[in-house]
Amino acid sequence: MGWLETFIFEFERTFITGNRWMLFADGIRVTLVLSLFSVLLGLLIGILLALGKLSKFKLLQWVCDLYIDVIRGTPTMVQLLIIYFVIFASINIDRQIVAVIAFGINSSAYVAEIIRGGILSVNKGQTEAGRSLGLTGTQTMTHIVMPQAIKNILPALGNEFIVLVKETAVIGYIAKIDLTAAALTVQAKTYSYVMPLLSIAVIYYVIIKILTILLRKLENRLRASDVR
Amino acid sequence: MIQVKNLHKSFGKLQVLCGIDEHIKKGEKVVVIGPSGSGKSTFLRCLNLLETPTEGEIWIDGEMINGPRVNVNQIREKMGMVFQQFNLFPHLTIIDNITLAPIKVKKMSKQDAEKKAEELLKRVGLLDKRDAYPAQLSGGQQQRIAIARALAMDPEIMLFDEPTSALDPEMVGEVLEVMKDLADAGMTMVVVTHEMGFAREVASRVFFMDQGIVMEQGTPEEIFQNPQNERTKEFLSKVL
Repeated sequence: MGWLETFIFEFERTFITGNRWMLFADGIRVTLVLSLFSVLLGLLIGILLALGKLSKFKLLQWVCDLYIDVIRGTPTMVQLLIIYFVIFASINIDRQIVAVIAFGINSSAYVAEIIRGGILSVNKGQTEAGRSLGLTGTQTMTHIVMPQAIKNILPALGNEFIVLVKETAVIGYIAKIDLTAAALTVQAKTYSYVMPLLSIAVIYYVIIKILTILLRKLENRLRASDVR
Repeated sequence: MIQVKNLHKSFGKLQVLCGIDEHIKKGEKVVVIGPSGSGKSTFLRCLNLLETPTEGEIWIDGEMINGPRVNVNQIREKMGMVFQQFNLFPHLTIIDNITLAPIKVKKMSKQDAEKKAEELLKRVGLLDKRDAYPAQLSGGQQQRIAIARALAMDPEIMLFDEPTSALDPEMVGEVLEVMKDLADAGMTMVVVTHEMGFAREVASRVFFMDQGIVMEQGTPEEIFQNPQNERTKEFLSKVL
């Protein structure tokens, strides 16, 4: 067989036979949905953690520090396994939700540090100007400091999102539903690694490429006010 | 209107204000001069509690503002502040810079707030910059916007913290012009500045500050033509 015939043969049994492409399509969907909800949860908890660390309350600072320390100091996979097999062991809950919680918690620790840096990067005069106009501390944070902080940290946040998309591959340890799991399922049927694995590598790459382009567009839009 | 009693402020071991007792009446234009590090800016920043006094009392309109259980935000609404570095919000257009506080704090409708903002923009001569971003404006224009932004809250007192120190020389005039108009309109003003010409022309009273206290005060004529204190004489001989 020439290489072209080999390629067609491999392609056919990986994607066409038994409609196996649907496995990949489902996998992409799960990976995307998982990443999206995880990043939103991570962002939400991350903002709260960052505000906690910057607050005046020593106890709150300490709790947030400890949380970030523990989450950053243990592997994502171990966290996923603990959350699924220990914390939610006796509760019947959708494994995708468990995964979102685990990835969200994991991501939040990194996001918190990024956001804290972003908030500190905004000039103190901005806060003073806001407060001198009679805005409350919370209003100053939401309308003046945060929008500027987010703009400054968007590249770093985008990077975190990209890491998260790839990290979701470890969900295979609790449920075989994502893109990586799809490749392994097909491999188990065809006994051939090459086509399924190279295919998902390409698919991951394309997803991330699209994400990168979207993020750059968003960044450019937020930078509209910088134009001189 | 503003009553300051025995005001002290220190940062750690550094004593910046060492006992200030002053009374500023409604409509007065007080210009504070003095060498760097004399506590002028700290004094001004204490007036709207951007710095918390270490000791002493500040009374505004018969209300002590640095006690416990005081609504700081309500007091700040009465006082507009203009900063050396302008501190416009770079992510908002000029109109949004001005309307943010009236909408959020005074709960004005967007329409009313914008109408008022446009009047103020006209007053500082920058209506055509309505939809520009701060970075597109010169320093002098930014500072005029900053004044308009403070005025949008209808303050009873305006505080100016070296409003022209960060400006190119040719832009100082346009900002001082706006401040003069404001003074003529009867606004109570406290101005920290190095512009002696402005002090002479606009001030109803001049404070000379050094070493954390008001060393000498009086009308511009008294201070500039016939200073009594040795430190005042020395300072003025250097800057005039």
